Amino acid sequence: MDTALVNPEIPSGDVDMVVEDRERHLFRVARRAFTEQSVLEREHDAIFDRCWLYLGHGSEIAGNCDFITRAVGGRELIFNRDRGGAVHAFLNTCPHRGAMVVRERKGNALSFRCFYHGWSFNVNGRFASRFEEGNYGKEHYGGGCADLAQVPRLESYRDFWFVNFDRNAMPLTDYLAGAREYIDLVADQSEAGMEVVGSGQQYRINANWKLLAENSIDAFHGFPVHSTYFDYLKNIGSLRMNSGNNDFTARGITDLGNGHAVIEYASPWGRPIARWVPSWGEEKRELVERLRQNLVQRFGEERGLRIAETSRNMLIFPNLVINDIMAITIRTFYPEAPDRMTVSAWALAARGEDSELRKLRLFNFLEFLGPGGFATPDDQEALENCQRGYRNRREVAWNDISKGMPRVGKPMNDDEEQMRCFWRQWRQRMAGAR
Amino acid sequence: MNDARLAAAPSLDDPGLRARMEDFLYLEADLLDDWRIEEWFAMFAEGATYEVPPTGDADETDPATSLFYIADDYVRLRERIERLKKKEAHSEFPRSRQRHMISNVRITGMEAGVAEVSCNFVTWRAKRGVVDTYYGKHRYRIDCTIRPWKIKAKRSILDMDMLYPGKLTIII
Repeated sequence: MDTALVNPEIPSGDVDMVVEDRERHLFRVARRAFTEQSVLEREHDAIFDRCWLYLGHGSEIAGNCDFITRAVGGRELIFNRDRGGAVHAFLNTCPHRGAMVVRERKGNALSFRCFYHGWSFNVNGRFASRFEEGNYGKEHYGGGCADLAQVPRLESYRDFWFVNFDRNAMPLTDYLAGAREYIDLVADQSEAGMEVVGSGQQYRINANWKLLAENSIDAFHGFPVHSTYFDYLKNIGSLRMNSGNNDFTARGITDLGNGHAVIEYASPWGRPIARWVPSWGEEKRELVERLRQNLVQRFGEERGLRIAETSRNMLIFPNLVINDIMAITIRTFYPEAPDRMTVSAWALAARGEDSELRKLRLFNFLEFLGPGGFATPDDQEALENCQRGYRNRREVAWNDISKGMPRVGKPMNDDEEQMRCFWRQWRQRMAGAR
Repeated sequence: MNDARLAAAPSLDDPGLRARMEDFLYLEADLLDDWRIEEWFAMFAEGATYEVPPTGDADETDPATSLFYIADDYVRLRERIERLKKKEAHSEFPRSRQRHMISNVRITGMEAGVAEVSCNFVTWRAKRGVVDTYYGKHRYRIDCTIRPWKIKAKRSILDMDMLYPGKLTIII
């Protein structure tokens, strides 16, 4: 380990790509981890085929027989509710000859029918075609091999639905570990439940997927990269730096276990739930105050104001981001190649939210978070610049992720401990790759 | 609005109207191609809006209920331009090169001197060897009662099934 840090050689094994020296406060990640096709292939095996992956939010299939189709972990899936309201996740491929059975992005249907040869299925996945005698034997209908295949594991927590392609994976609630508390802080924002607004945003970034995992929970880059966003907030009167009655800056970074981590901090911006800023106008002030009081009533002063006031950026390993900031975004991303990913992002909001607050929430989201926002595109620029910089990986082989290592006590939120949580888990998982 | 201004506004069956409208839109494209974004912003009337709805939504979708890529009121649009002028708008530093093509210009209505205009567009953006293509249709409301004409609303409706380039940092 010492020699790698003093005289770093380009590592050959995945495990050697993450080097931690706690005594000397050094944490390094090999840039090859972001560039090699072989690493990506092992990530599929060791990570995406074994970890719990976010599929969708229950509100996206609110009604019986609602369905959406979605690519998750390199698969094509159907996420749907059957006639009785039970939730399913099917592999979207006809058991007959393989065509994708459902081709729309979303809809409502009493049955699914493969257009290629007309095999049909009930929305609970059961084969539903009746061919005349002589076409298929009795086994065909009974054995289940003509049914749509279920994803090996489908579990949910607070209406966040996850799949796992490893039948033997630990239960979702165990996997989420400390992240459950932070999902609760989101799910508890409304007694009526939460809902995804609209159909979300899909876009590509020409960078390795792990760069976005790091970036999504990185407070260190906030001011250097996003100064123009903060200028904007200042110009329109939306910047409100003091945190009101509570100062949660001390919460900093929390290791949530299993590679998950969160940063939590006093919000500089307005939050529709429930932190007012002057640019919203006096007439919204009362409305927001009522939401705050409601939260305090339901959860007590500390937790109520924590939900209302503070912002949280959370990464659930490997690739689910739930950022409860000026709006709530759920974000997942999958590699298409070592240097390219597809990102899906959704806005989550309180169901039945006041229409004016809903509008503010959507505007808060797109001002910062969208591909047309005043911040996210600059993150993309940073990520793409890193990826381009890794062309120099033979001569400059290592990333430094050491910030905050000598600090005594809890890490500050602009330290890099949350990324180290990610990388330790990555190293551990990759050690099990075939 | 006074009657004189309204009287000076062109009518829909004015035979030269489309050519004049095309000139107006070509000027807009030209200003964007050359990064003359303040002059571009000056083509907008006070209170104007600039929007890019999410791909897949209906043309009439509403930013109060659907998550747009861009939903600028006049203030946010001004701030967008202010931001783009800064070196710290990192995604456009160094600035990308861009080229705006428009065609199929149609004036579909004229109400109180405000024209409803639509056209198809393709915009190319090039940076660091990557060429991004944006395409779809623009829909405008253009106030023709004043000189020069002013844009009251511009909505750029993407016809792509996802936002392949990943960002919308230029004005398409």
